[in-house]
Amino acid sequence: MTTYPLNNHEDILNNAQSLRWEIGADFHEKLMESIYTDASQIADRAVTRPDKKPRFDLDRTIDKLVTSRVWGFPLMLILLTIVFWLTIAGANVPSGMLATLLLDTVHPFLKGVSASIGVPWWIDGLLLDGMYLATAWVISVMLPPMAIFFPLFTLLEDFGYLPRVAFNLDNMFRKAGAHGKQSLSMTMGFGCNAAGVVATRIIDSPRERLIAILTNNFALCNGRWPTQILIASLFVGALVPAHLGGLVSALAVVGIAVLGVMLTFVSSWALSRTVLKGEVSTFSLELPPYRPPRIWQTIYTSVIDRTLIVLWRAVTFALPAGAVIWLASNIVIGGNSIAGHLINFMNPFGLILGLNGVILLAYIVAIPANEIVIPTILMLTVLVTGATGVGSGAGVMFELDSDAQTLSLLQTGGWTLLTAVNLMLFSLIHNPCSTTIYTIYKETGSKKWTTIAAVSPVILGFIVTFVVAQVWRFVESLL
Amino acid sequence: MTTPTQTTSAACETCPVHNAAALKKLGVDMTDFDFVVALAGNPNTGKSTVFNALTGLRQHVGNWPGKTVTRAEGGFSYGDNKYKLVDLPGTYSLLATSLDEEVARDFILFGQPDVTIVVADATRLERNLNLVLQVSEITNRVVVALNLMDEARRHGLQIDERRLARDLGIPVVPMSARQGEGIPELLQAVSEVAKGEAVGKPYRVKYVSPELKKAVEQLTAQIESAFPDLPNARWVALRLLDGDERIAEAMRKGELGDLTHGSIEARAAQLQVIGNQ
Repeated sequence: MTTYPLNNHEDILNNAQSLRWEIGADFHEKLMESIYTDASQIADRAVTRPDKKPRFDLDRTIDKLVTSRVWGFPLMLILLTIVFWLTIAGANVPSGMLATLLLDTVHPFLKGVSASIGVPWWIDGLLLDGMYLATAWVISVMLPPMAIFFPLFTLLEDFGYLPRVAFNLDNMFRKAGAHGKQSLSMTMGFGCNAAGVVATRIIDSPRERLIAILTNNFALCNGRWPTQILIASLFVGALVPAHLGGLVSALAVVGIAVLGVMLTFVSSWALSRTVLKGEVSTFSLELPPYRPPRIWQTIYTSVIDRTLIVLWRAVTFALPAGAVIWLASNIVIGGNSIAGHLINFMNPFGLILGLNGVILLAYIVAIPANEIVIPTILMLTVLVTGATGVGSGAGVMFELDSDAQTLSLLQTGGWTLLTAVNLMLFSLIHNPCSTTIYTIYKETGSKKWTTIAAVSPVILGFIVTFVVAQVWRFVESLL
Repeated sequence: MTTPTQTTSAACETCPVHNAAALKKLGVDMTDFDFVVALAGNPNTGKSTVFNALTGLRQHVGNWPGKTVTRAEGGFSYGDNKYKLVDLPGTYSLLATSLDEEVARDFILFGQPDVTIVVADATRLERNLNLVLQVSEITNRVVVALNLMDEARRHGLQIDERRLARDLGIPVVPMSARQGEGIPELLQAVSEVAKGEAVGKPYRVKYVSPELKKAVEQLTAQIESAFPDLPNARWVALRLLDGDERIAEAMRKGELGDLTHGSIEARAAQLQVIGNQ
């Protein structure tokens, strides 16, 4: 390789410096202007436009509607509600069928096989009652809603609706002192927060990018949608007559998602007024044309790529978690299992927050993946309540065929509507999963910001649930 | 295995339709590639769709700008050669103000791809040409993939792609990647440029004011004499005059010198450096 004498470089750089003084400060603008002029000339020569504008432009008509001041937000909420309603209504039956198959049929069959070949009780328990059941439960709870929700969401994305959502939210982000493009990284966070954090790279200014990273957690992710959907249909949907249940549950989930968006605004606003002060940058957001979604391809890719990848991730975390829960429930110290000790220890604190020790322990177990929160809660509730008829031993995932049975189990565990509401709130606000935390560290390269991103949501979650619980109980005492 | 090549005339071999059969999608297999191809373009012009069509991978394609912020890589083989394809984040310019723009710019400059495909939106040609002109300042190994021709037709636009190719001085391939239209022609153009069979003579932006022109010419001459093999001295001069610190630093560290001797190994090392940033 030839090397060049270094002073050559310095000469060039010095010369460039002095030339810069001569040509003046508007060089950059002149440069851009020249490029634009030439580009426009070349384009004009190559393109022949239609003689007259078509009288009816479908794209612009749709845009006027979906980004209008009056209809933009209501339409957004209606579309979201429809998506969730279809998800909730459609997932119920296949979820039940999967549960019947994996929990009622395959599990007893495996137990029978292991008994007949004389597997020791603890291996049988660890593998079948711990790891297998945790995984089977995750699959039957998560697969149907995801297989409906992701294709619907992807169809909206393919069609070109997401940038319109960003367009509608842009103004609010700027008012909050954040970058308008944050609406895009937030939308990405609705799929996965780790992906949303990476997506903040489209934001130029470090200050605004940091705001977008720190607040991405408030966009409900894949792992939390199933929790919201299940709890909403069990507790909120049950408040109204059956035929309205699906719609009301969908509205509850939309409410939580909207609350997340509002929290994003509020926390962005707070950050930009305090630790991350600065100017708001301007940018132009391009609204892409509407494209007819390719339905079959979208369904195929969103089921294969998104659904199965997310499910696989959940399964890989459910396997060890199932083992841990089973062990913690079966290793007894001083008359109580380890899990029992932990739950008793956290229960008083949990109750103050309108939650309970089981939920708090479940959230600790589920730090690697939010997906396993519900299965863990159910497993631990069986342990604590010693519910009979559903389980067959400590730390055993049980066979619940219907929502009604799940509901009655949770009620045996002392759950009320308040517990459900606060669980939904805590699921929205609490810390991001470990993958997201690691991604934040990689993107910011700062231990300080990573710690803040991980810890402050938990504290906020505690505060919100505490306040809700106190107000709720106060109002209840008046009634 | 018998391929039709053995029985067809020489004219067939340059016919892209015939050669479409020669595309092998290699997915993530990128071993022993002969050429590196970069995919650049404005956001939401269908880069990822082209990427998927060539590699057989299923990079998620979204209809919104800013979907790809990192590089995605895949492989394909066409004819006798293996290619590594790098999907860059969408950018409107190469003036590198944000991280995603910088990823694209650095790769085209320091990654020294053998061919850079600029995917352009036929319905918004003028704005897309801004990037085409900037890329062809850096390298003359450019192919324009004029994508979304179906949408252009829907809007009643007629585009004279031969006129465009002549004006730009580089190959222009009209296509609708979503429908798979134009992929064979694109492959043919890419392989010709990669093998040096078609050498582009890209259009150079005219800089209107005389002082500007003088400054650019003077600095370009100086850079050319210091780095005789540098293919884009004028572009480097423009960047230095614009006060681009990244380019000044590259010059100080002698990275620009390395570029002119782009063996595969040196190039791989460069990629490593960029990857680590």
